[in-house]
Parts: sequence; C-alpha cells; structure tokens
Amino acid sequence: MFETLSDRLAATFKGLRGKGRLSEEDVEATCRDIRIALLEADVALPVVREFVAAVRQRALGAEVSAALNPAQQVIKIVNEELVGVLGGQTRRVRLAKTAPTVIMLVGLQGSGKTTLAGKLARWFSAQGHQPLLVAADLQRPNAVTQLQVVGERAGVPVFAPQPGNGVGDPVQVARASIEHARTKMRDVVLIDTAGRLGIDSQMMAQAADIRAAVEPDEVLFVLDAMVGQDAVNTAQAFLDGVDFSGVVLTKLDGDARGGAALSVREITGRPIMFASNGEKLEDFDVFHPDRMASRILGMGDVLSLIETAERTFDIEQAAKMAAKLQRGDGFSLEDFLHQMEQVRKMGSLSKILGMLPGMGAMREQIESIDEREVDRVAAIIKSMTPAERSDPRILNGSRRARIARGAGVAVSDVNGLVDRFGQAQKMMRQLGKGGLSGLGALPGMPGLGGGPGGRGRGGKGKSPDKKGKAGRSGNPAKRAMQEQARAGTAGTAGTAGTAFELPAELKDLLPPGS
Amino acid sequence: MDALSYLLVGLTAVLLVGVAAVLLRPSRRRGGGHGRGEHARVAPTRPDAADLISPQAPDATGAAEPAAPGRTGGVVPAGPAGPAGPVERGEPAERAGVLERPAPPAGRMVRLRDRLARSRSSLGRGLLTLISRDRLDEATWEAIEDALLAADVGVGPTGELVRALRTRLRVSGAADPQAARQALREELLALLAPELDRSLSVQRHEGRPAVVLVVGVNGTGKTTSVGKLARVLVAENKDVLLGAADTFRAAAADQLQTWGERVGVPTVRGAEGADPASVAFEALRAGTEAEVDVVVVDTAGRLQNKTGLMDELAKVKRVLTRGGPVDEVLLVLDATTGQNGLVQARVFSEVVDVTGIVLTKLDGTAKGGIVIAVQRELGVPVKLVGLGEGPDDLAPFDPRAFVDALLD
Repeated sequence: MFETLSDRLAATFKGLRGKGRLSEEDVEATCRDIRIALLEADVALPVVREFVAAVRQRALGAEVSAALNPAQQVIKIVNEELVGVLGGQTRRVRLAKTAPTVIMLVGLQGSGKTTLAGKLARWFSAQGHQPLLVAADLQRPNAVTQLQVVGERAGVPVFAPQPGNGVGDPVQVARASIEHARTKMRDVVLIDTAGRLGIDSQMMAQAADIRAAVEPDEVLFVLDAMVGQDAVNTAQAFLDGVDFSGVVLTKLDGDARGGAALSVREITGRPIMFASNGEKLEDFDVFHPDRMASRILGMGDVLSLIETAERTFDIEQAAKMAAKLQRGDGFSLEDFLHQMEQVRKMGSLSKILGMLPGMGAMREQIESIDEREVDRVAAIIKSMTPAERSDPRILNGSRRARIARGAGVAVSDVNGLVDRFGQAQKMMRQLGKGGLSGLGALPGMPGLGGGPGGRGRGGKGKSPDKKGKAGRSGNPAKRAMQEQARAGTAGTAGTAGTAFELPAELKDLLPPGS
Repeated sequence: MDALSYLLVGLTAVLLVGVAAVLLRPSRRRGGGHGRGEHARVAPTRPDAADLISPQAPDATGAAEPAAPGRTGGVVPAGPAGPAGPVERGEPAERAGVLERPAPPAGRMVRLRDRLARSRSSLGRGLLTLISRDRLDEATWEAIEDALLAADVGVGPTGELVRALRTRLRVSGAADPQAARQALREELLALLAPELDRSLSVQRHEGRPAVVLVVGVNGTGKTTSVGKLARVLVAENKDVLLGAADTFRAAAADQLQTWGERVGVPTVRGAEGADPASVAFEALRAGTEAEVDVVVVDTAGRLQNKTGLMDELAKVKRVLTRGGPVDEVLLVLDATTGQNGLVQARVFSEVVDVTGIVLTKLDGTAKGGIVIAVQRELGVPVKLVGLGEGPDDLAPFDPRAFVDALLD
C-alpha cells in the first residue's frame, strides 16, 4: 500500500532510474499516480482532473533537468503547481475604514466556528484591536454558553442578548451587535453563526439575511480539513448562498491530508486566509500554501516539525544542548533521556518521524515502531545511577545486571542501548567538531544506528513482550534494506538542518532518493 | 532490536532538528519567516479550565444537590424543577407537558427516506443512468468510477466495485437495464456488508446497566448523537442516564444536559477540566445505584493523532469496564469526512475497540462513502445514521433501505 505520492512515483520510476528525462509514457504513468494520490488526499474529482491535466502539460514540456531524476522532477512540478493554486493571492484581513470591522463566520455543523471565533478574537486582541464576539448561533443547544466560555478564555466580551437553544432571531442579534459595538467602542465584531448545511435553503437564507443586515467586511467560510469530496458542493452552496470572501481551514493538527483546501481554492477562487491547528486558543496561524502543498502530497513537513519542536522544546535546554554539542563533549545518557522526553511530548514517534522528508520509503518500519520502546529505553536509563548516566563506560557486568533487573528487561537490552548510545555519541562528537554547519556532512556518516546484524538481541527469549513487535531483522534482505534506509535517515536529518537557510532549495530536496 | 535502532536514529534526527531550530531561530526570523510569536513554550497539555470556569455550571433547577467533597461528578436531576435526589427521574407524569415524547425508532429510516433520497439522488440515479446505457464503453465505466469516487468511497473499494460490475455485466451480456439495475443493487449492497450485526446491545445486565461509550474526533456530532440516542432509548422504554465526560469543550455538558432534560433523562456531569474518567465512573456508579437500563457516556472530541488524548480515552474505557465489559463503543463519523475517516476508525478501534459507527450529517450532500472502506477494513458496522437536525432524526441503519433509497 502506497501512502504518499512520492512513494508511488518512486515505485513507478523504479525501472527508469538513470534515464534522467521524461518520456510521454512516463508522464502518462505518473499522471495516474498523481490522480490517485490526490484523490486519496480528498481533493475533489473535478479539481483533480484539471490539476492533472495542467501537470501533464508542464511535465511534457519540461526541460530535462540534470539535477533531478524523473520522479523528483514530477514531484517538483506537482509541488509548484500546488503552491501556485493554493497560494495564488493570499491577503490579509480587510479592515473597515470606519470601525467596527465586521467579520462573519459561516460553515457546516462541527467545522469549528465557535472555537475559531475565540481564536480570531484572541488574535485581534493581540494585534491591539478591541474585538467583540457575537453569539448568533441560536440553534444548537448551549452554543451561546460555549461562546461565552470561549470569550472568557480569550478575555473578550461576548454579546449574547438571546439565550439560544432555538429561541431568538439571529438576524436581530447580529444587527443589534453592531450598535452595541459602537457604543462600547469595540472595533472588530466577530459574528458566530449556526452551522448549516448547503442544501438547507431556509438556513442559507438566514445566513444571507444576517449578511445583508450587518454588511460584513469579511465573510469567512470555516472548513474542516478532514472533509472529503463533498467540500466542493458545500463550498459552492455557501458561495451561492452567502458569498464568502475567505476560507479558514480548521483541525489541521489532525493527520488528514487536507486536499479539500485545494478543491475549495480552485472551485471558488476565494483565498485561504487562516489555518487553525489545535484546541487551544493560540493554535492559530495564517495559511502557508507551501506547507499545505507538502501535506497534500504526503511529503515530510519539516517546517511544521520545526514549529512543533519550537513549541515543545525547552528553549534554554535546547540551547544548552547545542552548546554542548559544539563543544564536542559529553552528550550523556541523561541528556538523551531528557531529549527523548521532549520528543515524546511532541506526539507519537511514528508521526514525528513521518514528518521528516524521505521517510516514505521506510513507512512500514516507522509504523512498526513500538511506541512503548521509548518507555523501555527510558526505564533502562532511569535505572542507572547519575554517574552511570554521565559515563556509560563504567558499566560493568554487575552494573548492567542490576540495571536490567531494575528496568525489567534482559541484560542484552541494556547492552544494546549502551552500544547504540556509544555510536550516537560518536556521531554527536563529529557533529560538534564541524559545528552546526557540519550537519550537511551527516549523509557521509556511515551506519548511524550500527549494523543490526552484528548487534542482534542476544536474549530474545528473555523478553517476551518485545518479541514480534520489535524483532524485524529476521530476513537478511530486509535487514540490508533497513540499514540502507537508516543511512537515508541520517541524510535527511542533514538536509533538514541545512534547509533553515535555504527553504526554497529544500523543496527540491524533498523527494526521497530511494 | 531494529525498532530500537530506529528509535535512536529517529530521536537523534528529531533532536538535531529541534536544536537547529532553536539555534537558527533568529536567522529564520530575519529571513521573513513566519514567526509564531512568543508562545513557543506552550505545554502540550490542555489548559486547566477549572480555574476559569466555576465548577458548578449554572443550574436551571437551582436545586442541584451540593457536590459532596471528593466527588467530581454531580448528578443534575433531569426535568425542570427536578427534586434534589441524586438520580431521581424528573417526575415525568406531572411534567408530561414539558417532557417530549420521542418518536419510535423503528421505521425511522423509511420515514427519512425522502431526505436520504434528496441527498443521494446524484449518486444513485447517476449510476443507474450510466449503467442502463446500451453500450458500456470505457468512458461510461470511468464515469461510474468517478461517481463512486465523488462519494468518498475511496480508490480501492471503487476499483473493486467497478471490476465486479464489469465482470458480471460481461457475463450476463446484453445491456438489459433491469439486469444492470439488479446487478448494481446487489453490488452496492455487498459493499455495505449487510450481514453485519447492527443491533445495539443495550440490554441491562444482572445488577448493572448496559454501558455505551461514544467517541470520535472534534465536531462530528458526538454530543448531539448522544442526545438523540437517549431519545431512541427512551422511546424504547428504557431508563437512561447520561454521563457528560466531555469536560474539555466549553459548555459541552450543558449541551448534553439540555438534550437530557427534554426527555427527562438525568445527566451526570463533572467540573470543567475534571478527569473525564472520573465523570464516566461517577455516571456508571449513579446508573448502577439508580438501576437504570443504559448509561450513555459522551466524551470530548479528540483527533486520533494526539496520543495523550487517546490515552485519556483508553482510561475512560478502562474505568467503565470495572463493572463489566462496555457493551457498545460507538464511533461518530461525519459523513463529510474523506479518506481520513479510515485512519480515524483504525486508531479509535485500536484504542477503545469500536463496536459500531454512527454516521452523522447524512442529510447534506455528503455521501459518507468512507464507511464502506471502514466497514470492510475493520468489520465495524454502521449502526446508526443521523439524517437531520431534528431531535428524532437518528435512525437505525438498514443497508437495504439505504440502497433502495439510493436507487429509487
């Protein structure tokens, strides 16, 4: 099962490696792959068709590139097209010349309007505006209460003259809110409306009435990133019914590819203005077309990874770490444990690894990673004394036996960890010597994780809970593949490192070389 | 052992990215990067909402029993002006004028058929028109494939259905519209796996109530579905108790309570930000004490890739199994969900062992085709469908009626 376009294309081009140019047949073969990849990312069918046609056109006329193999070339084209369509004309929120600026939120039920209203309110507050939240969702039970709570969290007043739960006229509320905002000196009015279906003509008429009553400066269509093929119908219905001026994608912190973004952009021509990616009020950002493109294609999302890292990592700790690295001395087990815990906070390990570009080829391995392995490693390290943690070399047989007992694992597991850690430490030292610019030298570092063949677990039978889940090296061919893939990992880590200065270049490097 | 190697390699890689990110921050900023402001150090845990919100939400009855210290859950008596007894029913006889009488669930699907037909005509009729053509050429097959793809059926199942149809129609030969129609009906039905057991197991056990746990990602309609499910159960003359274990989203418990009050069903709720497992347990305890037939527990929406939240959900389920196994774990899927629905179903099944699916928002233009893939891959049947905003629009799913509505 291919998960991503890059995997797919890599397979298609297996036989073509080295050919270095795109023939017509190649293009045809890839177009089908692109089509399936886009469909699996929930891009709407008509949009897929147009898009594939555009890509085919470009791919056929494409210059033969010396630097890229065919798969990479196609992905580059697809990526550029995607960014082109998604990016188009991004723009900022239009503010009214005379206050208050009125922003109205519309969308399906459960797309996240009320939560988004809070996020927007907070965002505007942070920019020095005085927002007012308006509870015009009088349909869903206790939607008004929810908005009030959200408003309280965001520290923004809520205008809610009607109790909701089916009582009251939202048009009236919306109209009254403008006056209210004027008297209370609020310069941004955020109107949260009830969720409605595109085919519910009565509710659509109501939305249009609200629009007519308040003449909003922006009408934002709130769209769940998980939505499938129906995105087109819904977007079209809302465009016809209320005519929105911008789109907000929500729930981007999930693992949906979010192809709907492309569909809506292409069908309605309205720009995607914001992306909402979390449950907390500050999890909110302007929309980044390039990241969305990578996401739709299922390519590693390095930038998002960095942001997640930034958010979760303790800055001071990380800085200290970096200093340590540069000095080239002791990267201790203690540090390792700490880093591991930090990474753990970022989410599931397989997810994080999946964000790294080039990991597509090892997807199967990534998915087979037992998350509890982290806990076991942590248990081993925690069973060591501080002295042992800072210098694993003092670990003799009896110490290892004690640690194994303490952590509830076999001695061989402790040995395995210590060995691997030694390797990692060596690598870190090398890195440190070259400074961080040396990151690029990483790909040349052989066998980062050590050859699995020579280091197989000795006491397999002694740790039954690990068997099957972790043991994957039975097949020599597979072992070789894994080793190769591992070398690839090191390589990608390097590209990720250098990419900070050269984000544009990164795009081209993204496709895996496998 | 390889997993460990990966782990080390991966961790190192991520670590490097992290370190580099921090180190190179200034240059990235300068480069006109998209700085995220100064909130880079937000803890990944949910904010503790308890100190922002008064623990006891405004209670319409004003007679809520004071929550005993050490207890997180407080039972809010159902019905307007309910008495202070913990789980007493809200005097249904006297208050009959206020309490609503839900419609019986049997035959709801048929009653709601027109709504279904309205939303689906494009798929069913489109397919039928296509397949009844005199000549089934490549373009027609492609159009059929497109129609299925547009219904979120997914690339895999679509390919299979089209292949199966092709084989059948090639064997039967001539393009007899009737035969084609029959073939389409049968193949569609086969896709929906009619052999799966779709009954809800909500029979009270010896000495304890049946337990239904409702889970799903954000915004699929869990709370609404719980409310409607309560009405279905009340219509079947069952004693129901609701547990509002969604302690995270603002006013979720209020929303559930409003649903419960309409049909005289009590709701157990906890403070906002409280441990949902404790609320769930409290609901189970209250339900056992009050000898109700069914306890339905609503949970907070969570995206399946948030490990912390999924662990929390596993804990809720674990706590509920103290009395005995949980009878039903219902995953609420939004019909508009695309291919991510399969991932959702898979992950939720791994964590809480989903026994049934509630497909909501089927009254829109969305076709909910993703459930086909879900049913096939996980063998979890769709048990209920949400067909509208009305309180009694949750219907038991009947694949035959569904396909008929599709093709009529």
